[in-house]
Amino acid sequence: MDTRQIEASEITLAVKKMFMDCNYFIGDDILSAIKSSYEEESLPVAKDVLKQLIDNHEIASSEEIPICQDTGMAVLFVEYGDKVTVANGSFTDAVNEGVRRAYIDGYLRKSVVSDPVFDRINTKDNTPAVIHTQIVPGDKIKITAGGKGFGSENMSAVKMLTPSAGVEGVKKFILDTVAHAGPNPCPPMVIGVGIGGTFEKAAELAKRATMRRIDTSNPDKRYAELEKELLEEVNKMNIGPAGLGGKTTALGLNIETYPTHIAGMPVAVNICCHASRHKECVI
Amino acid sequence: MKKITFPITEEQLNDLKAGDRVLASGYLYTARDAAHKRMYELLQNGKALPIDVKGQTIYYVGAAPAKPGYAVGPCGPTSSYRMDKYAPSLLDCGLKVMIGKGIRNDDVIESMKNNNAVYLIAIGGAAALIAKSITKSELVCYEDLGTEAIYRYEVEDMPLIVGIDSKGGNVYKR
Repeated sequence: MDTRQIEASEITLAVKKMFMDCNYFIGDDILSAIKSSYEEESLPVAKDVLKQLIDNHEIASSEEIPICQDTGMAVLFVEYGDKVTVANGSFTDAVNEGVRRAYIDGYLRKSVVSDPVFDRINTKDNTPAVIHTQIVPGDKIKITAGGKGFGSENMSAVKMLTPSAGVEGVKKFILDTVAHAGPNPCPPMVIGVGIGGTFEKAAELAKRATMRRIDTSNPDKRYAELEKELLEEVNKMNIGPAGLGGKTTALGLNIETYPTHIAGMPVAVNICCHASRHKECVI
Repeated sequence: MKKITFPITEEQLNDLKAGDRVLASGYLYTARDAAHKRMYELLQNGKALPIDVKGQTIYYVGAAPAKPGYAVGPCGPTSSYRMDKYAPSLLDCGLKVMIGKGIRNDDVIESMKNNNAVYLIAIGGAAALIAKSITKSELVCYEDLGTEAIYRYEVEDMPLIVGIDSKGGNVYKR
């Protein structure tokens, strides 16, 4: 079998660039959604908050400093071509080295602790990353990477719904989760929903959904309509920018799905703040 | 827009109403989860705090590192509810102002009313913008906590909103 060799250092550099870029430069889909919300809001406090967010993005991108002090835990979705071999290092080490260099050289905050319960000692380089890898046919590596802040991560939830709950059950769980999050996750939020699979697959799909551009729709028309309907419902909640009221509670709501078991209908809601930071690259 | 100073005066504090927009100048201390846990444990054990919080302001923040030439890195507020367990003990020691984002629980609000204190909110995620109002940052203690250490910030016209006032008026209760 023909294989393609990729230097570990090339992977490290690509990962470093993605984490620095995503923390300084917000996606144009997010920025244009904030700008149009600013035009549509009539409540002065909502307008004022959105204006601060627009100004903040201007400062962050022009000065190349982080948009938010919580530069997140590093999460990567990798589509790893089965004809790729890594030269002079391992893939996982190369990714973590990229994260390390981005967070140290890029003046990003180191927010990861070694042990979740007992030690809680900062690893001082924001590693390890959370890496979701899928082996795919081909000779390339595609990486989608983002820094996930935890103010919003903490407001996320998974529920093992059963089939009789139907689409109404799905809607209720999503809306309840957003209502419960309220002002805490730095609204306007980006909401990622994962439906199907297993307990952990639903959560992974929800995370993946937060890393899809908000100006795209689910390819299945039924889910695309559900995305639209739920976004409208969320924006009627009057949580608003910074939780101070207004029409803009979420900028986008993306749904990803996967086949599931005859007995189940898992749903995961991964909440992200307005600074939904992610980049893609193909090596 | 009201102008206030940190440490806040009793008169300024009594004048603040939920929803008021303010610009704050003076100095404050930073502390978030890990520093709060340590201070709380000191108080539980009858020991002295590393900073005298009487009359003071605590900002719930863990800044990003400062780039060369900057006084401080991006430093927006973190979610306040995680400090709810610890806040009443500090309010009982005379803490007057807490700055963060998001809701507080009933224990904190009750303690704020009893101790005549106020909760101000900064805009979450506007970290690069907020950093423009911090003119100086110096380490006070708990250096081992990294971004969670206690710092003393000098602030000038820091943009804030009164989240919960000393009478219990609450901007999130609509």
